[in-house]
Amino acid sequence: MAEELKLFRTWSSPFALRVVHALKIKGLEYETIFEDLSTKSASLLQYNPVNKKVPVLVHNGKPICESLVILEYIDETWKQCPLLPRDPYDKAEARFWAKFGDEKIFSSIWKVLITQGKQQEEAIVEAVQNLKLIEEQLKDKKFFGGETIGYLDIAFGWTVNLIGILEEIIDQKLVDEEKLPLLSAWMQNFSDDPVIKDCWPPRDKMIVKFQVMREPYLKNLVSQ
Amino acid sequence: MSNDELILLNYWPSLFGARVRIALEEKGLKYEYREEDLPNKSPLLLEMNPVYKKIPVLIHNGKPICESNIIAQYIDEVWNDRAPLLPSDPYEKAQARFWASYSDKIRDVGWKITYRKNNEEAVESKNELLEMLKALEGALGDEPYFGGENFGYVDISLIGCYMMFYTYETYANFSIEAECPKLIAWVKRCLERKSVSKSLGDPKIVYEIAVEWGKRLGLGLSTSLSACTVLSSLESEDFWRGRVKINKRDGDH
Repeated sequence: MAEELKLFRTWSSPFALRVVHALKIKGLEYETIFEDLSTKSASLLQYNPVNKKVPVLVHNGKPICESLVILEYIDETWKQCPLLPRDPYDKAEARFWAKFGDEKIFSSIWKVLITQGKQQEEAIVEAVQNLKLIEEQLKDKKFFGGETIGYLDIAFGWTVNLIGILEEIIDQKLVDEEKLPLLSAWMQNFSDDPVIKDCWPPRDKMIVKFQVMREPYLKNLVSQ
Repeated sequence: MSNDELILLNYWPSLFGARVRIALEEKGLKYEYREEDLPNKSPLLLEMNPVYKKIPVLIHNGKPICESNIIAQYIDEVWNDRAPLLPSDPYEKAQARFWASYSDKIRDVGWKITYRKNNEEAVESKNELLEMLKALEGALGDEPYFGGENFGYVDISLIGCYMMFYTYETYANFSIEAECPKLIAWVKRCLERKSVSKSLGDPKIVYEIAVEWGKRLGLGLSTSLSACTVLSSLESEDFWRGRVKINKRDGDH
């Protein structure tokens, strides 16, 4: 049966990027539908009526929502280039850290972006602490998945993109080669990977987008 | 497998802890249950979950697994020779994971009903909760369980919330059964299962505890604390010192 794969995404969504990476690693062909979240398409609302968000992967007409759920679905449906470890304990650890990334890393990086002065310094300390916890999971491996990119690399992959952009906007290093040497090396290895390289959203556009997102928060701080 | 050592670190009113208890019971697994006194977390808990320092934690042959839905999946994958919790089809599995992850949000919404800043927040949160429960009802459809004919992962993820229903209803003066009759019918069906009735605390006692928390921490209408601040402040609050021997359920290991 000819497989039909469609990915509903926005051009900048880091969660959608996870799915893009996974599909590319598995060598899968798919159609991309770019959404404008201010006017969501009828299809998106039909495929994700509960959360009305991207990404949504539609496989032969059946939708799968939530990026980490989609990653596991892709891994279980297409067996080449396995993403998750086989051992249940290693799998549980990978899932734990992916969840940690979503809950703690995202919010701590966001805080760095929308604060200034002392508040920002404190936010940076917290973000670096959280990044250190992730770095410890690398141990002496090239990727979280070992020799090749795996589930956790993809789950964290958005940090590679967003952190670089954030550093440029705030004109400060967050992932210092001295403070976070292993993570710094991982970011480079991940970015350089031929599968990942071509998938990043346009950098200039991302910088503008996040600068614009940041403005109202900074204005609010100034007026307080 | 017969020499497996299983220890569960838990706090009985926790809906997340209930997930793990039910999963272990469904698989017929023997384990040691240890009740944590949350303001005085045991050194073992802090060692086994250094990142979040929270229950539940399942310790299997000395190795910790944290986060209740992740623990439930782990249990299903290790003891895959009996009582499957997740479907085998990848698409059905993805749907199950989606709904289990969705049910995680109920606690946070429910918190805002209970410890709201003002009446508007309580009403808004009540409406948000009902919207979520109705979405879940939609997912249930006419099946006996979220797993279809068989009790499974989504049922396990969600049923613990039932412990909080009486609290939400009392605080916001509404009836979940009136709004979501199918869901409450599902609750009653689940309560008939030994794994569930053994693992859920009495909702009325949970309500008393919620009231106690509110008083001791100064939560509720008189406070400006956000739900998130409250959640983290509870981790360090020691008001439980006077109530360490919390009413336990019969059949606790």
